[in-house]
Amino acid sequence: MTTVKAGDVKELVLTEEVTRTQLVQYSGASGDYNPLHSDERYATEVAGFPSVFAHGMLTMGMTGRVITDWFGPEAVLSYGARFVAQVWPGDRLVATATVGTVRDDGVAELTISTTNQSGDVVLSATATVRTG
Amino acid sequence: MAVERFPIEAGHIMCFARAIGDANPAYYGALTGDGAVPAPPTFVQASAQFDPGYPLRPKIGEPWFGSGREATGRPQGGAGSGGGSGGTGLHAEQHYTYHRPLRAGDVLHATTKPGERWEKQGRRGGTLVFSEMVTEYRDERGELVVTARTVGVQTEKVPG
Repeated sequence: MTTVKAGDVKELVLTEEVTRTQLVQYSGASGDYNPLHSDERYATEVAGFPSVFAHGMLTMGMTGRVITDWFGPEAVLSYGARFVAQVWPGDRLVATATVGTVRDDGVAELTISTTNQSGDVVLSATATVRTG
Repeated sequence: MAVERFPIEAGHIMCFARAIGDANPAYYGALTGDGAVPAPPTFVQASAQFDPGYPLRPKIGEPWFGSGREATGRPQGGAGSGGGSGGTGLHAEQHYTYHRPLRAGDVLHATTKPGERWEKQGRRGGTLVFSEMVTEYRDERGELVVTARTVGVQTEKVPG
């Protein structure tokens, strides 16, 4: 069990560079084969995007590491995210988790923000974890 | 969505952990033979692999809307984002509640029901329609393991 107090912060570099191959890996593992995430020709010529882009759930999955590295996978009681902006190949992503309230029963509330190399928030999340 | 059988497998967890860039040794029990293998928090998303009707997976022998000889295998005109989910739907939010830890060896089944629905005025004048889908993942004893709430958003055209 990890003991924390309100205001504690953890920062984690999720990736130095999102690659197209990682998007393919996530498609294969998750089963979401939407060609928007793996098929450059479809994404640009048909859907009109500048390139393929990451599954929101890939960014959420990567961001979850800041929680599980800190508290362990089995301490997580809830995890929710809002997809704020698209993540593109080449992006560098950093997640920052901040402890809010720590309840008497040891359950801590976290707010988490994942930003890209421009400092733009791409995902904003909350979680509750068992501590202490 | 209805998933009748979603076996939580150590090898699948390993591949999923690699995809999200997670080197936590706990997820690599398939390689090492070590201990109980926990599932990463977003792993139940991979239940799509066990949903026979999942629209974002090519079906054997059927045309696929990704590129082949042409940029899309689907008749041109109505294509856009959202793929097989129909229209301009986007994934806006995802929320999970964990009722107990999920581990390799568990066998889940899942049912999905519509939740709340609400509207919001978009910044460019159109209406954004949000809708929730709530999926309950239960184990073989019928106990609730994970509740997932998906919020999708549909953009309606600006009038005129």
